[in-house]
Amino acid sequence: MKETKEYTLYNDTVMDHFLNPRNMGDVSEADGVGEVGAAACGDIMKISLKIRDGKIEDARFKTFGCGSAIASSSMATELIKGRTLEEAKNFSNQEVVDALGGLPPVKIHCSVLAEEALKAAIEDYEAKQAGKTGSTELASA
Amino acid sequence: MDKRSVYLDHQTTTPVLEEVLQAMLPYFREAYGSPSSLHRYGLQVREGLKEARQQVARMINAESDEDLIFTSGGTESANLAIKGFADANVRTKGNHIVVSAIEHPSVMNSVEYLTKHGFEVTQVPVDTIGRINPEDVRAAITPKTALVAVHLVNHDIGTIQPVKEIGKITAEKGIALYADALAAAGWMPIDVQDLGVQLLSFSPHHFYGPKGIGVLYRNRKARVTSHIHGGVQEGGRRAGTENVPAIIGAGVAADFAVREMAQRVEHVAMLQKRLYDGMWKKIQYIKLNGPVPGPLRICNTLNLSTEFIEGEGQLLLLDYQGIAVASGSSCVSKSLKVSHVLSAIKLDHALAQGNIIMSLGKDNTVEDVDYVLETFPKIVDKLRNMSPMWKEFEEGVIDSVISPTGHGKSFTEHAAAVSGKAAH
Repeated sequence: MKETKEYTLYNDTVMDHFLNPRNMGDVSEADGVGEVGAAACGDIMKISLKIRDGKIEDARFKTFGCGSAIASSSMATELIKGRTLEEAKNFSNQEVVDALGGLPPVKIHCSVLAEEALKAAIEDYEAKQAGKTGSTELASA
Repeated sequence: MDKRSVYLDHQTTTPVLEEVLQAMLPYFREAYGSPSSLHRYGLQVREGLKEARQQVARMINAESDEDLIFTSGGTESANLAIKGFADANVRTKGNHIVVSAIEHPSVMNSVEYLTKHGFEVTQVPVDTIGRINPEDVRAAITPKTALVAVHLVNHDIGTIQPVKEIGKITAEKGIALYADALAAAGWMPIDVQDLGVQLLSFSPHHFYGPKGIGVLYRNRKARVTSHIHGGVQEGGRRAGTENVPAIIGAGVAADFAVREMAQRVEHVAMLQKRLYDGMWKKIQYIKLNGPVPGPLRICNTLNLSTEFIEGEGQLLLLDYQGIAVASGSSCVSKSLKVSHVLSAIKLDHALAQGNIIMSLGKDNTVEDVDYVLETFPKIVDKLRNMSPMWKEFEEGVIDSVISPTGHGKSFTEHAAAVSGKAAH
């Protein structure tokens, strides 16, 4: 039996991302923002993106949720920075799970939430882009 | 302030007293006989068991120590009380059971099991502090009612129930009353005769006794049918060689609970008040679930909901700082559902998510409480800073449930709006 203080609910990587989350906050003047909730448990995750030349230049998160939800959003934002939009659209929650060294089965949905928040942010960006193009066309017409 | 180790989960379990451990030890290697044996090894142990039974009987003022059945724990005791009573009385008394909506899972699930075997159940609702209205119990009773089951104290929110008043109603109607005393035993005086209960169960590991032992008080007016079949131990109601060391430990724990009751309650209630006052002074948008500290609340527990943040995160950060607490948040449960108790008191889902349960013990100190009061607000700030809900509240997008400003939609509406996609 180890000492009490040596036991943690999640593995070291998950604990590290929970205790010292990377990219926590909101991107100022974000190009795309996605906020999604998990119907299963009630957690809410928000990811904001800065996009430059078709690439994710910056990604930040805010999460209302458990330790693994916070760790998942921290890891997801770490993983997607520098990726192209096309790459980011193929992002899968499994990447988050793997990078975190695994999540308990009941917490896999936290990583799904991170994938969905990212995709919602990209959709938001693309909708805004389409809107911009649309308004330009309207103006020139 | 230095990092401390502060255990605030005494409603889940407690350490055994040194005296309990010392009393148990001889029964592992010296007095190892089975009390059913007729030789001197058996007789030696039988004497120890007799004394333990008397100690436990005194703790609840049972008419006779023969009214006690030792089981493997509070859960088995609850199962035996409900299923054993139902089996023994279904033909003579009826197939209807009245139960409160906020009982412990061992009671809820035993009753649910019976519904699959021909029983009908009426769940009596509770008010927003988790109190059962005795008149609701009266109204729920039918000519077919065999048993009323209500707990003395709620395990999650600490509400003390009007069991004695309910006992008057069941006595008037000639119906048996079972009280689960899991969250009460050791933390308030219990007198089964005064309460008017025919069945009562509890678990000594909640008051410094060992795990693996439960108690069911059952007086002569309540017949129960055994669910563990075998030899004739425990008056034929619970077969199997007795867990002798644990029964000895339960007896000593009961004895200390009686002798130290007044000082334990006074000390723990003082800490509870200090913790409660401090929390409300230091943290905004925080809600107490269950009654305020006082006559309606058990002395050792506080159940709080901190708005805009989730409970498991609070629990983990507290644990990291050495403070052990529990939570009724859906994220903490394996089923991803919020505690049925919080649902029954109609707590807003957002507040149920931010739920934390702190339960004090006799060894906690003022310094422990002050450490929690210094640590917890920082944790709340850290998690609120991380929560999209906090900023959205500050911007007027969503409103507070606890102190509504009149600006923004409710958390629930907001959560539903962003949960358009299923999580899977």
